Amino acid sequence: MSEEKPVSSEDKPRKVVIICSKGTLDMAYPGLILANAARMVGIDAMVFFTFWGMDIITKKKMDKLKVATVGNPSMGIPTFIGSIPGMSALASSMMKKEMEKLELPSVPELVEILDASGAELYACQMAMDMFKLTRDDLVPEIKDVLDAMEFWEKAEGAQIVFV
Amino acid sequence: MPTETIAGHTIELDANGFMTDAAAWNREIALEMAARVGIELTDKHWKVIEFCRKDAKEKGVAPGLRRITKNAGVSMRDMYQLFPKGPGKLAALVSGLPKPKSCV
Repeated sequence: MSEEKPVSSEDKPRKVVIICSKGTLDMAYPGLILANAARMVGIDAMVFFTFWGMDIITKKKMDKLKVATVGNPSMGIPTFIGSIPGMSALASSMMKKEMEKLELPSVPELVEILDASGAELYACQMAMDMFKLTRDDLVPEIKDVLDAMEFWEKAEGAQIVFV
Repeated sequence: MPTETIAGHTIELDANGFMTDAAAWNREIALEMAARVGIELTDKHWKVIEFCRKDAKEKGVAPGLRRITKNAGVSMRDMYQLFPKGPGKLAALVSGLPKPKSCV
């Protein structure tokens, strides 16, 4: 049963780093799900939140993430309709209902699951400064705030995915 | 399909090492499959295994990790302590079930 060893071909433990840089619902999920799936198969995982990705870990925003209905060709609705007030909220609530049917956790629950799984969650120092955020604005699951150089130290040896 | 002798039984495994016939499973097989991945089964493991087998029988698929933590009375943290090398697959593996298809 060789596949149960989470090792790379060089026989070092595998590690992934996911960088979450976007705060829309559709961009939050892929990063969080992939990091969690890595933990589920025994791969070390770290998630670095930066720029709009900070919304995913900001207490006041994390359960209100929206899908973009303007400038999003995949939505299949004309931009002038997508710009009607309330359209983004409507599309987001529809998407959340579909996710519930699939038993997908909400974004706040997924952050909790990641923490319980042993994934390490970090916030970006520059984004904190730019958006005038303090540690109290962020969920307690955030292990530390890193600057860009510290990020590379923490990410050593990892496969990196930018979302 | 390759076969292996596990706990004195000839067991058919898929390419990933999961049993192909859940009905051929028994507790001795679970003990040996767990030992092969470095796990000594405790009461808590058995609670998970019992849920997984019951759920798979009802639903026809092996339960995903979140489904286990929502229904088997074990927390996510518990699952990572019970199966440190990957609770997403190993619970199903020792339960004699196919590899789960779930993303969470």
